[in-house]
Amino acid sequence: MKRGFTILAVVTAVLLCFGLYAALIAAPTEQTMGNVQRIFYYHVSSAWTAFLLFTINFVASIAYLLRRNTTTDIVALISAEVGVVFCTVVLVTGPLWARPVWGIWWTWDPRLTLTFALWLIYVSYLLLRRFSTSSQAAVLAAVLAVFGGLDVPLDYLAIRWWRGQHPAPVIGGGGSLDAHMWYVLLINVAAFVCLAWLLCIVRYRLEVLKREVEETQALESLMEAGR
Amino acid sequence: MSFLEITRSTLIKDIRLEWRSKDAINAMLFFALLVVVIFSFSFDPDAEESRRIAGGLIWVAFLFAAVVALNQTWARELRNQVLDAYRVSPAPANPLFLAKALGNFIFVSILELLMTPLFVIFYKLRALGPAWELVPIALLGTWALVINGTFFAAISLRTRSREIMLPLLLFPISLPALLGMVNATTAVLTGDAPARFWIALLLAYDVVFTTACLFLFELVLEAE
Repeated sequence: MKRGFTILAVVTAVLLCFGLYAALIAAPTEQTMGNVQRIFYYHVSSAWTAFLLFTINFVASIAYLLRRNTTTDIVALISAEVGVVFCTVVLVTGPLWARPVWGIWWTWDPRLTLTFALWLIYVSYLLLRRFSTSSQAAVLAAVLAVFGGLDVPLDYLAIRWWRGQHPAPVIGGGGSLDAHMWYVLLINVAAFVCLAWLLCIVRYRLEVLKREVEETQALESLMEAGR
Repeated sequence: MSFLEITRSTLIKDIRLEWRSKDAINAMLFFALLVVVIFSFSFDPDAEESRRIAGGLIWVAFLFAAVVALNQTWARELRNQVLDAYRVSPAPANPLFLAKALGNFIFVSILELLMTPLFVIFYKLRALGPAWELVPIALLGTWALVINGTFFAAISLRTRSREIMLPLLLFPISLPALLGMVNATTAVLTGDAPARFWIALLLAYDVVFTTACLFLFELVLEAE
C-alpha cells in the first residue's frame, strides 16, 4: 500500500511536469488562437477527470444503497469532493480561454450550462453531507446522488433544446485536432487522472482515520457514561 | 388498511389541519404577493416585454412560495413524534409520501389559481399562443415542483438548519423542470414557438422523479 502510493506519487509528479512542458513548450502553437489555446490541455483534462469522478460517485452511491458497506460510501464521498475540485478548475479555465477567443467570459452554451448544472448538483451533495445530523447521512447522500444522476439526461435535453433555437458560438475548430496536440492532451489527461487518484487515496485514508477517531470517541463516552 | 385508504386519510388529515390553521397557505400567498409587487416595481415592463419575462417571473414566484409550504410538510409531523409513530406502525411508506405530495400539490395549485389573475393584471398579460396549453403546463410544472420538493423536505429534515437546506437541495435538481415550465409558459404567451417539446420534457421529468421518489422514499423515512 505504502509503496504503491509512493510509486503513484512519483509517476504523477513526472507526468505533471512532462505534461506542463508538453503543453506550454512542446505542443505546436494554434494558428488562429495562438498561445491562449494552450489552456485547452488543462481544461479538457480536468473536465474528463471530473466527469470520470462523478460517474464513480454515481456508481458507488448505487452500490452503497444495495450493499451498505462503508468503503463504497467513502468512495462516493471522496469522488464527489475531488470531482467538484476538478469541475471548478474547468469552470475557471473555461472563461479564461473564452474571454480572448469568444470575446465573452460566459455564455449559456449547452456544454457550459450542463457542466455548471453538474457543479451545482454536486455542491449541494457536499452541503448535504456537511449539514447532515442523521446517523444515516450516507443513505441520504446516496439517494441524492441517484437523483443527481437521473437529472443529468433531463438537464441535457432541456439545455440542448433551450439553446438549440439560437445560433451557438463557434466552438474551437469544429473538433479536429492535430496529432501532436492529441498526444499532449493524452499526456495531460493521464497526469490529471493520476493526480485525482492520488488525491482520492490521501482523502480516503484521512476519512477512514476520521471515522475511526469518531468511533473511538463515541465508545469512550459510552464507557464514561456506564461507569 | 390498504394503500389508498392510508393515502386518503393522511391527505384528509393534512387538508383539515391546513383548513383550520391556514399556516402554509397564508404564508405562501403573502410571500408570492410580495414577490409579484417587488418584481413589478423593479421592472415595470410594457406589454410586449412582459410577455417575454412573465413566464420566468411567475414560476420563480411560485417556486419560492412553494418552498414555504414544502418546509412545513414534515415539520408538522415532528411534533408529538408522529413520524416516529408512523415508522413503527406496519403501514408502508409510500402512501404517506403520496398523500404529502398530493397535499402540497393542492396547496400550491390554490396559490397559483389565486395569484395568476394578479399577474395578468399587473403585467397586462394576454397570451398570443394557445392559452389552454397553460393548464397542462401548470399541472405538470406544479407536480414537478412538489414531488421532488416533498422528497427533499424529508431529506432536509435530517439536517441542521433544515429550512435553508431544502432550496439548496431542490433547486439544482429542479433545473430541467424550471427550464421546462418557464420556456413552455413563455412560448404560449409570446406565441413564437410551440410549447409541445417543453410539455413532453415536463412529463418525462414527472414520470422519472415520481418513480424515483416512490422507490427511494422508504430509505429516507427510515433514516433517522
